[in-house]
Amino acid sequence: MCATCGCSDGEEAVHAAVPSGHEHEHEHEHEHGHAHEHEHHHVHDHDQHEHGPHTHTHADAPARTIRLEQEVLAKNQLLAERNRGWFQAREVVALNLVSAPGSGKTTLLERTARELAGRVALQVIEGDQATAHDAERIRAAGCDALQINTGAGCHLDAAMVGKAIEQLRPPSGSLLMIENVGNLVCPALFDLGERAKVVIVAATEGEDKPLKYPHMFRASRLMLLNKIDLLPHLQFDVQRCIGYAREVNPQLEILQVSAQTGAGMQGWYQWLYRQLAPRHALAAASADATEAVGP
Amino acid sequence: MHELSVTQSIVAICAEHAAGARVLRVRLQIGRLAAILPDAVRFCFDLCTDGTVLQDAQLEIIEIPGRAVCCRCGAQLTLNEPFGRCDCGSTELTVIAGQELRIEQMEVL
Repeated sequence: MCATCGCSDGEEAVHAAVPSGHEHEHEHEHEHGHAHEHEHHHVHDHDQHEHGPHTHTHADAPARTIRLEQEVLAKNQLLAERNRGWFQAREVVALNLVSAPGSGKTTLLERTARELAGRVALQVIEGDQATAHDAERIRAAGCDALQINTGAGCHLDAAMVGKAIEQLRPPSGSLLMIENVGNLVCPALFDLGERAKVVIVAATEGEDKPLKYPHMFRASRLMLLNKIDLLPHLQFDVQRCIGYAREVNPQLEILQVSAQTGAGMQGWYQWLYRQLAPRHALAAASADATEAVGP
Repeated sequence: MHELSVTQSIVAICAEHAAGARVLRVRLQIGRLAAILPDAVRFCFDLCTDGTVLQDAQLEIIEIPGRAVCCRCGAQLTLNEPFGRCDCGSTELTVIAGQELRIEQMEVL
């Protein structure tokens, strides 16, 4: 290897492999960014023959190693923390709703928007690969909603949410629901700056979803088991599903709901009020007093 | 699926640090619990590097095994999934290795 610039191309490797016992001098020129010239003077004893001085040119510049130690998702993490700071400064509680497609996230949000209207300022960011259908459904339920279309993307990222909150500008003290793209894999990796992830699993899915997609269930704080109104028609073992979920994430809170019939939704609202506390402690108390708690 | 956007980030970070130099080799650390498939990253790498300073660069991936410490008894165990059960019976584990997704180094010309 060249001591001046550290180059170690193939030709020099050949020099190193030459057995001892020859004498030669050589010069070489480099063609690369930092111009310099140098000479090598190798002198070896040589029994059989002698080399005359020779010149050769290096075609390749020296390679150098750059240590990066860079987290690949650092940029997303930085933007997520920026969003988190934005939310904290305005006492906005942001939740990242994740699930497989068809678990009933949008139906859950429609009912939540209708039933919390007048009690909680609720806003929704809808993430889908295409269409504005979900945002339209949420708006029809009387709630501000902004649609993000990710195109080929399979998840929302912190930059998309940052842009969305600039447009939506959720008011101070509000609850911001971010409905992620229906996908139990990718959204687990991308922090959006949310307070917590809420994973929704429907009774129409397999009860082993938590074992099959452990990253998402581990990253979530709450699991909503939705579509419990269909349980009489299904082979779904609720306790087994809950057992799997707790195996993957012993801290996971679990609530059973039906966004279709409203069963269990009071438990969900109380959980939301606890996230919004102390600002909404009174609202929670009045909700407890006036409405029966679901199963 | 997310490996495509992850690989795009890897290429963007390397290209930025290379500052115009040609990148010959990139070495990544991917933990077994990182929810990233090394083979999918390899597949995406060729697509994402095409036409960039990373074109034809070699990709080296070091896979890091999952390790956790039991919150109840303090024992360490190896994990192949992001959850598990300690010999003492506890499932409350703190993952201490295997979640890496890091560009360790690269070689540029």
